[in-house]
Amino acid sequence: MRKVYSKIESIAGNVITVSAEGVRYGELAEVSSRHGKSLAEVIRLKEDKVSLQVFAGSRGISTGDEVRFLGHPMRVSFSDNLLGRIFDGSGRPRDGGTELVENLIEIGGPSVNPAKRIIPRKMVRTGIPMIDLFNSLVESQKLPIFSVSGEPYNPLLARIAMQAEVDIIILGGMGLKYDDYLFFKDTLEQGGALSRSIFFVHTASDPIVECLLVPDISLAVAERFALKGKRVLVLLTDMTNFADALKEIAITMEQVPSNRGYPGDLYSQLAARYEKAVDFEGAGSITILGVTTMPGDDVTHPIPDNTGYITEGQYYLRNGRIEPFGSLSRLKQMVNKDTRADHRPLMDGMIKLYAAYKESLEKKSMGFRMSEWDNKLLKYGAIFEREMMDLSVNIPLEQALDNGWRILAECFTKEETGLRSDLIAKFWPVK
Amino acid sequence: MTETKGRVVGVNGNMVTVTFDGLVTMNEVAYVVVGEKKLKSEVIRIRGNLADLQVFEITRGIGVNDPVLFTGELLSVRLGPGLLQQIYDGLQNPLPELAEKCGFFLERGVYLSPLSETKTWSFTPTVKVGDTVQRGDAVGTVPEGIFKHRIMVPFGFFDTYRVKSIVSPGDYRVTDTVAELIDSRGNVHPLTMSFEWPVKRPITAYSERLRPDKPMVTKIRIIDTFIPVALGGTYCIPGPFGAGKTVLQQVTSRNAEVDIVIIAACGERAGEVVDTLKEFPLLIDPRTGRTLMERTVIICNTSSMPVAARESSVYTAVTIAEYYRQMGLHVLLLADSTSRWAQAMREMSGRLEEIPGEEAFPAYLESVIASFYERAGIVRLRDGSIGSVTIGGTVSPAGGNFEEPVTQATLKVVGAFHGLSRERSDARKYPAIHPLESWSKYNGSVNKELTEYGRDILFRGNDVAQMMKVVGEEGTSLEDYIVYLKSEFLDDVYLQQDSFDPVDAAVSTERQRYVYNLIFEVLSSLFNLESKEEARKYFNQLRQKFRDLNGAEWESEEFAGKEKDIRNLIADKKKGTEERALEILKKVSGS
Repeated sequence: MRKVYSKIESIAGNVITVSAEGVRYGELAEVSSRHGKSLAEVIRLKEDKVSLQVFAGSRGISTGDEVRFLGHPMRVSFSDNLLGRIFDGSGRPRDGGTELVENLIEIGGPSVNPAKRIIPRKMVRTGIPMIDLFNSLVESQKLPIFSVSGEPYNPLLARIAMQAEVDIIILGGMGLKYDDYLFFKDTLEQGGALSRSIFFVHTASDPIVECLLVPDISLAVAERFALKGKRVLVLLTDMTNFADALKEIAITMEQVPSNRGYPGDLYSQLAARYEKAVDFEGAGSITILGVTTMPGDDVTHPIPDNTGYITEGQYYLRNGRIEPFGSLSRLKQMVNKDTRADHRPLMDGMIKLYAAYKESLEKKSMGFRMSEWDNKLLKYGAIFEREMMDLSVNIPLEQALDNGWRILAECFTKEETGLRSDLIAKFWPVK
Repeated sequence: MTETKGRVVGVNGNMVTVTFDGLVTMNEVAYVVVGEKKLKSEVIRIRGNLADLQVFEITRGIGVNDPVLFTGELLSVRLGPGLLQQIYDGLQNPLPELAEKCGFFLERGVYLSPLSETKTWSFTPTVKVGDTVQRGDAVGTVPEGIFKHRIMVPFGFFDTYRVKSIVSPGDYRVTDTVAELIDSRGNVHPLTMSFEWPVKRPITAYSERLRPDKPMVTKIRIIDTFIPVALGGTYCIPGPFGAGKTVLQQVTSRNAEVDIVIIAACGERAGEVVDTLKEFPLLIDPRTGRTLMERTVIICNTSSMPVAARESSVYTAVTIAEYYRQMGLHVLLLADSTSRWAQAMREMSGRLEEIPGEEAFPAYLESVIASFYERAGIVRLRDGSIGSVTIGGTVSPAGGNFEEPVTQATLKVVGAFHGLSRERSDARKYPAIHPLESWSKYNGSVNKELTEYGRDILFRGNDVAQMMKVVGEEGTSLEDYIVYLKSEFLDDVYLQQDSFDPVDAAVSTERQRYVYNLIFEVLSSLFNLESKEEARKYFNQLRQKFRDLNGAEWESEEFAGKEKDIRNLIADKKKGTEERALEILKKVSGS
């Protein structure tokens, strides 16, 4: 029987300190107060002083409450019984089902040896032209949706989850509004996908520390499924809440803040999670789609900024559309060479023209006379937005490519497109 | 291991505080013993009988009173034949061997020998008994791929030595003794084919450092022609995320005309290393006919690997680069990204509770960055041969803002600045190096007079474009409008380059000179164009033809045909040449 300590020496924020012996860094403890039991994790050791982060928060904890060290780090049960279940941030059932205790695995394990990684090569088809044609999603990619609050990022996530060809969907919800949680549940249920989904949901009203556990717990489970050969899609929404939780804890621990109050290791913390995306040779894969809401629509804010440096591209969601500028899938080059010969050049050519359209639009709004060329661009831009950018468009890639050529032919002469002559000869639609 | 005994008294993230009795050296390597595992760490502060250690591994599970062993040695790398083709982590642990042993994941506390101890190398002695030698002198060579790997007197041997014995030619392992040296006091030192060198001390066993004046060809047009890099020089590539830093580094690592490329993937995405890892063994280097992997070393400490080892990874890389420079080779070190390295310093500085400087970076940030880039250089060795280390580092400025501390500290010490712009990458103009903001202090392979003329057109074109935003196209004179079209044309067909096109991806110096002359012809011509509409159409045609030309194999019939088309098209409308251009041409042909 492990020793129970009943003298808490300090309580600050969600961190308590006790004097204890034989405690290891990262170990878990159970704190019992009259409001119930909560888990806590060791986050600092100094001589015999042990600082613990209490998952349920320190509200209502008294200096005389009991702390019992469990002798192991944070763990979660792993088995096929997880499928179709809903848990909270520390792995307790949220759906009224039984608690799972068999086959416990540690969370936040070591990173994958880069020498064991393989080049991603399988495209995830979504039926959204702005993704499939312009920024293809690839299995084992980590990609966030950069968005402002109020944009339909959760419906977009749910739609991609439903259409993507994957074996298991894991939803990690952080600071999720209760309505949004129900939305995901209902959508996946209606689509018949709930039985291959696992939810780890921290809602906005839950203790903040549990928010920090959601990515680790979701990804630990995903990793095990991937090692068993499953293709896993992990949805993390919203990572901004995760980063804010990190900030809160760091400030409580009196760490020197680096940028707008965020801790200096924000990059490493985010990377440790996103880098779990992987394609195991001879086994399954993990693809991560996250949501990062940009505070004040500012992409230079530390959270989207650090995220952008870690992830393999990003989708900008603005006014209900995926913006072509700024949106980028870094792995698209791995897959779009094998789709169709015109995929890459058409993708670049159409975006260049769309950029020119934006310039003409600006000129027009300033009241300048429109040249013949400007008018062509204006026509092109309008069709492009209607037929390519609208999120309600749901067509396979090949059809999107054909549409692209048709739009070009409708608006421009062959030279004006800037595309190479051999491609024009092959794909230009004959009237 | 030394006599010093230590035990853990505190753990905070990856920093462990240890109390000790005996002697402890600053920056020496120590091991924290956790159960069966020994975790490598480095002493980074000593106060009284307390030492702070940064642990190069995950610290989970360390407890108070765990024992600590001190080695008395600074953090070092092992130098010797067999470094090429290797994939190391920041502490020179070979990753493929580690994968064989531990599987998919990086198990902590497993340290393998960086060089194979069983492989034999065919040794040819170059000294005989009685010769005198100094540090850095070769006692023999072994073939390593296409290179003659010099087996040298270790750089830490500061005396003058006499060769007491040397083995006969034959196959030896790196741990075998190949020679014995006698120092001035008569002590005998056995030499093997490998030795250790502390990573944070520059290797200076050469006779003099030279001024970098030869271009390092990257085969990227905008760099070689407009903002060149010199062998032995330094350059930095700052840019916001998504602007193409890494693609640019990858393309450079493939095509650069150097002997050896060392890639330090420092705190970046693991996926990017994998590209290199899997593709280089298959790609043939046209200069040597062998695979690219044979000239490459990869040091890989990606973003999710322990942060402390990230800091050491750039030093490991530069030390290996300096080692090969001692063999009279030209080495290119690509560090991606130096910001992550700076952040690793910041994390540690925060844990040490040092007084923070700007954006919480430590106050010594600038001097550390400067001394790292100063390890580049072109040198004459004691035997007269020339070797160089060129360093190219990417910088990932927070928010894409170049005013931040790491970019500013880097700009102070580098010789060329290739600034990437979000604006250009958004418009798919790759490589997204900003032609107006970037600069270089080195000489390139195309005549400077000619390139300055091109740059001038870019500046003037940019001015016209700015003005057009205010006064509109109709308020712009035809003459100005043509300058604008010329600058757009230069940008479209020369500055931009398709790194995924088999031909366009790598453009030789010869071809660059040739095509730039053709471009110059367009830029300097006065054309018979009546209206803006006509001018726009004409330049669209030119652009189309040049773009097709860029896709044609150099010195092929296709190239000649397309070139002829272009010359005809120019002749169609040309009515003369600008005065200034004529002067420049006269000067260039005269020199």
